[in-house]
Amino acid sequence: MASAFSALRKTVVFMVTGVSTCYCTLRFICGLGKCEDVSMEPVIQHGDLVLISPFYVNHQYLQKGDVVFCRSPKNPRAIICKRLVAMEGDCVFNGEKGFEEYVDKGQIWLEGDNKDYSIDSRTYGPIPYGLLISKVTLRLWPPKRFGFIELPEQLKKPCST
Amino acid sequence: MGWIGKLIKGLCLAAPPYCAFTDLFFAVRTVDGVSMQPTLNPDGNNTDFVLLDRRVTSSLQLERGDVVSLISPKDPSQWLIKRVVAMEGDQIRAASCFEETVDIPKGHIWVEGDNHDCSLDSNNFGPVSLGLITSKASHVLWPPSRWGRLEKKDIGGPRLTLRENAERGKVFFGWE
Repeated sequence: MASAFSALRKTVVFMVTGVSTCYCTLRFICGLGKCEDVSMEPVIQHGDLVLISPFYVNHQYLQKGDVVFCRSPKNPRAIICKRLVAMEGDCVFNGEKGFEEYVDKGQIWLEGDNKDYSIDSRTYGPIPYGLLISKVTLRLWPPKRFGFIELPEQLKKPCST
Repeated sequence: MGWIGKLIKGLCLAAPPYCAFTDLFFAVRTVDGVSMQPTLNPDGNNTDFVLLDRRVTSSLQLERGDVVSLISPKDPSQWLIKRVVAMEGDQIRAASCFEETVDIPKGHIWVEGDNHDCSLDSNNFGPVSLGLITSKASHVLWPPSRWGRLEKKDIGGPRLTLRENAERGKVFFGWE
């Protein structure tokens, strides 16, 4: 009886630890995400499976040109996939409104690669850093386009401020 | 294996469930700062502990008067605790020096501290996106003399114009 109880206790302890370790790994280090968005074509296409790393966001290792998952500022339950174009302290040219905007402290500027089909910072302005979820590091599926997400050749030049 | 080994093994086994629990359900944190006086930290000694209900990040069922914790829109490493004054669709007259009237846009809320004179809140940085909300502060745990539920309180007063919005809460899940 006692040994059965201890075996049961061991099983429960290891199951709880295993499940929560999996959860923490997926939540804080790296997880899988399916992108159902056309705004990052051709880099990430509709239905691609990608590896996402919240680690880069939590510890602020992001750099300009990274592709990120972010919560939509208009709708907290929607996710958007965009490219990080400017970070705090930069000036960025807003191609839709036709003037330069300053990205304030603690904020970021996101734009999709597919300019015609992307609702992004050009419409709603710079958004807070806290809305970011994760960085997109690796494209897993489909297999013929497997590989790291590369930075664009020319990053937009920030003005001298 | 001595008691040190047992302790280390126990800590290693307990850490992931603790992280997952505080991320998904409840967390306990101290309150620093005076922006929520007199509800929290009334003597200014940073001694209060609050119980944070993390489940609202998925359900987002907030009401006016709830105390919420959020990531500061000006500094992602900073943690704020404020009271919800207005929800999306409402109209509020800001208490800053400009006294402008603000319509709260979709997916945003207006947060203010109880201590009007010493609070960095929506009067400075405008309406905040709901995605920045990390939890709802539901109970005061310490000190024991003020142990209990954090009550809803209306601090907007006459500055607030309520508009019941039938669309509120009916938000779309998925991609935009």
